[in-house]
Amino acid sequence: MSDITKIESEALAAISGAADLTALDEVRVTELGKKGRVSGLMKQLGKMSNDERKEKGPKLNALKQRVSDAVEARKAALEDAALEAQLSTERVDLSLPARPEQTGALHPVMQVFEEIAAIFGDMGFSVAEGPDIEDDWHNFTALNFPEGHPARETHDTFFFSPQPSKDGEGQDAAKVLRTHTSPVQIRTMMAGEPPIRIIAPGRVYRNDWDATHTPMFHQVEGLVIESGIHMGHLKGCLIDFVKAFFEVDAVEARMRPHFFPFTEPSAEMDVKYTRDGDTIKIGDGEQWMEILGCGMVHPNVLRNCGIDPDVYQGFAFGMGVDRLAMLKYGMPDLRPYFEADPAWTRHYGFKPWLTPSVSGGLS
Amino acid sequence: MKFTLSWLEDYLATKLDLDGVLEMMLKAGLEVEEVHNPADDLAAFTVAKVKTAEPHPDADKLRVCTVDTVDGEKQIVCGAPNARAGMTAIYAPLGAYIPGLDFALDKKPRKIRGVESQGMMCSTKELNAGEDHDGIADLDSKIAMGTPAAKALGLDDPVIDFEVTPNRPDWLGVEGIARDLSAAGAGRFLTREIKTPASKIECDQDIRIEAPEVCPIFAGVLIRGVKNGPSPDWMQKRLKAVGLTPKSLLVDVTNYISLDRARPLHAYDAEKLTGPIVARLGREGETLEALDGKTYDVTPDMCVIADDSGPIGLGGVMGGQSTAVSDETTDIFLESAWFDPLRTARTGRATGIISDARYRFERGVDTASCIPGLHLAIELITAAGGGKISDIKVAGTPPPQQEKVAFKLADVARLTGLEVKAKDMRKTLTDLGFEIEDAGEAYYVTPPTWRFDIEQSADLVEEIARTQGYDALPGQSLPPPEGGRGAVTTTIQQRVRTARRTLAARGFLEAVTWSFMAKEEATLFGDTPDSLTLANPVASDLNQMRPTILANLAHALQRAKDRGERGTALFEAGPIYLGDGPKDQRTAVTALARPSNTRHWQGTATYDAYAAKADLLAVLDALGRPGSGFQVAAPRDAHWHPGQGASLKMGPKLTVAQFGALHPRVLKALDVEGPLYGFELNLNALPQMKARGAKTRSKLDVIDRSPVRRDLAFLLADTVPAGDLLAAMRGADKQLISDLSVFDIYAGAGIEDGHRSVAVEVTLQPQGETLTDKQIDSVMAKIVAKAEKLGASLRG
Repeated sequence: MSDITKIESEALAAISGAADLTALDEVRVTELGKKGRVSGLMKQLGKMSNDERKEKGPKLNALKQRVSDAVEARKAALEDAALEAQLSTERVDLSLPARPEQTGALHPVMQVFEEIAAIFGDMGFSVAEGPDIEDDWHNFTALNFPEGHPARETHDTFFFSPQPSKDGEGQDAAKVLRTHTSPVQIRTMMAGEPPIRIIAPGRVYRNDWDATHTPMFHQVEGLVIESGIHMGHLKGCLIDFVKAFFEVDAVEARMRPHFFPFTEPSAEMDVKYTRDGDTIKIGDGEQWMEILGCGMVHPNVLRNCGIDPDVYQGFAFGMGVDRLAMLKYGMPDLRPYFEADPAWTRHYGFKPWLTPSVSGGLS
Repeated sequence: MKFTLSWLEDYLATKLDLDGVLEMMLKAGLEVEEVHNPADDLAAFTVAKVKTAEPHPDADKLRVCTVDTVDGEKQIVCGAPNARAGMTAIYAPLGAYIPGLDFALDKKPRKIRGVESQGMMCSTKELNAGEDHDGIADLDSKIAMGTPAAKALGLDDPVIDFEVTPNRPDWLGVEGIARDLSAAGAGRFLTREIKTPASKIECDQDIRIEAPEVCPIFAGVLIRGVKNGPSPDWMQKRLKAVGLTPKSLLVDVTNYISLDRARPLHAYDAEKLTGPIVARLGREGETLEALDGKTYDVTPDMCVIADDSGPIGLGGVMGGQSTAVSDETTDIFLESAWFDPLRTARTGRATGIISDARYRFERGVDTASCIPGLHLAIELITAAGGGKISDIKVAGTPPPQQEKVAFKLADVARLTGLEVKAKDMRKTLTDLGFEIEDAGEAYYVTPPTWRFDIEQSADLVEEIARTQGYDALPGQSLPPPEGGRGAVTTTIQQRVRTARRTLAARGFLEAVTWSFMAKEEATLFGDTPDSLTLANPVASDLNQMRPTILANLAHALQRAKDRGERGTALFEAGPIYLGDGPKDQRTAVTALARPSNTRHWQGTATYDAYAAKADLLAVLDALGRPGSGFQVAAPRDAHWHPGQGASLKMGPKLTVAQFGALHPRVLKALDVEGPLYGFELNLNALPQMKARGAKTRSKLDVIDRSPVRRDLAFLLADTVPAGDLLAAMRGADKQLISDLSVFDIYAGAGIEDGHRSVAVEVTLQPQGETLTDKQIDSVMAKIVAKAEKLGASLRG
């Protein structure tokens, strides 16, 4: 019996004394290897009588287990220590700056286009487009600007030189840069049938350049052609839009008569606002601000597009997007919009993951 | 159009104050732009009585006055020679701002040569209210102390400026404004009686119309023995209030009637006329020296007024210098005619002349106003300047009355949602001057002679709606759309959104730049057809529709560098123009970056043509087009660096994008420092993705076999693109080869001249059973064979 006790105490002492994994493995072989001491004792079991084996068996197995456990425990401790030692050599200075990444940003006008599309999309509008270079018919005549009418002159139109006609005789009428997004109304009505609900965002051009005008700017056109749509719907739809766009619960808005050749009756819409330093709050206040033009689509325009004004009717509106963006986000000046100045874009721009949506909020 | 409140009251009996009138204008569609009440500027000034005026003890030219003012008795030192005891003057208290001098008085009394002065007495010039010659204002002694100065000077008449929309030329006269405001409920419209003058002399001036299509009626009257002095004070005051400088009786009367009645007139010096006055078309070679002193070429499509000497005026636009009235004029011939709007507009555009007459005639002048206009002019001229008048001569007839319009009463509710009683509609239209034939459900309505904008029922709906006021419109949300909902945006719009967000997430700043650029710079980037050249550019360097966005971005990058930005990455998703047809516009996503070369302790990262390629491929991948679907070829356009630029193609003919470094020669021509790297992606060139019927995805094919990876290194001639080698290798077994990754490029020692070593890791992805060594060897042999066919040789 003293064999067991002696071997155990010697083995456990050797295990705990092993300084590294190699030394520990030597101890393991000495004790538990095929020719090891513990294994030697175990081999004697085969030669014992049944009674003897019953008595010594469990004791020897327990010895083997304890030595083996001690080896594993020591191994884990040594491995842990080895890892600690290794980690201590792997230390880096994480207070050093990481490689900088440039931050990108989206232009506020383009973001506002998406906000507008989200709002009107929720009201059942889809987004239409048309070319920037238009012919006189789409930009003026079809929209009920009679040839030579002074209303045309108010548009400060950019013209192209007249080009030789395709049929070889004379010249085609000069093309123009569209002065408003309204020609998209014409293209949409010519291409499809009512019911129609579209908005048409895009670039428009007028030959005017000063503190509050740029020769290129952005508009969104709206067009609804359905039976039974009247000016009360126009008013309601636009108030719904203004509330959603400026993200306010209520907006004090008014419509007042105006003149546009392509609508009859025509109106402009004003909203109340408060200015406090650089901050503008839309919805209530002492002052009115004009934000858009609108009206019922003129019967002549419907006829020009092959739609019977006695069967279908509807409304149209147009608004300056650059200005809407200024009102909402407080850019003080229109001109930097088109200068691609990185400092301006970083300051007034939007992060790419800010996708305007009705569910997630516009901004 | 400017007018004053008191002028309006000539035609409108109203109980409304200024704010009430403004409110009513807004309701009726007269958009007020500015209101200026001169009384506001003079609020500080009041009438005072000078009790004593003694010489200053210490200055010859000064007087020390005691003045009875609203603030009590004040001692005021005054330098005006006319200051005297008993005078009624205008008093400015301490601290008052003196508009004509543009300074404010001190708030504390000031000593002038030792004598305290407790305020100031003002001249009308110091109040911006006139030109004094004799010193301070010397008012009627009946005016009570304390009366506001504005009232005492007759300056308490607010001036209203509003926008006249092109459809309402009748608003270019105060009478027309009053009529509309009356219809909207502001008060009673007052018709002003004009006496029909009795003639005393014969009209020996003949008039003739040779072009009735442009001048259907021409009326005139001769007045002899007029004294052309200054016009009456009340008229001068009104003209000045609306910004006109009074000139002389004859000029002022014609200007006044133009503003009062929107009726342009023209006065000729009768002595300077030779032979009959003829309204005709111009003749080639004729010229006119107009009243503005400039000489204009007359063309055969202009309406001219001529006498035997040739043109003496451009009909409806401007009169001529040779027959103009002067201060010495005593005999005049006064013209009141009607000129065709289109013709007037065309002549106005061709000559560039801007005049009140042109402004009115091109919008339309009341066709019935020729004779009443003359009557009013005769009344005003003879009242102030005397003279004997002739009978009125008339050539031609007024243009025909506008046709009747059928007005369906139900259209008001149908188009506006407003419920308006028939009798209210009738009243509104009558107030506005329409004549009505009642036919039950419709009115047959004859527009008045001053309206040219009434063609159909909807036009009358507007008249009803605006006089009711748009506040009454029953606002209601749009009903849900009929039918189902499709995509809100088009494919291109969705691509633009995806591309923009991808680039912004990769560090690019979004730009929006002009659609036009300098033509000479545009030629560096492609065709610049004349059909895309603006005839009237806003600036000479913005005259060509852009064939590319690169130039604008390059200039922006240079501006950024000049401001000290180090490395900047810009992009724009916007239009480029290949022609002037509606289908010639493309949407390009264009990115351009200047490497920042910012030093970093882990090594300097740089932006180069490969980085641009990675950004381009990231955009394409986001658009659902992974890079494996494209081939890289030489750049199509010459603005890319020939050795560091490339095209990205789908098949041999379809160039989707180009990328790389901008050509140094282009940069030099743009005066932009390089190098700059970027890409141009034509979103329209990307084929539509195939529309799939169902939204469900195919089942994920789970492959549990581990991929096999092997390295191969080839010796490749420099003339052969590495992309060709990879394409050839992939061709060996498109099923099994899932990836080819270049992990080393080496040239130099041990490598033949003009060659490089290209090391590639090949990944084979077994689809079914695990690959056997034999299968692997067989594929690798095929790959090597494909590479060798291209001239590459396997390195041992």
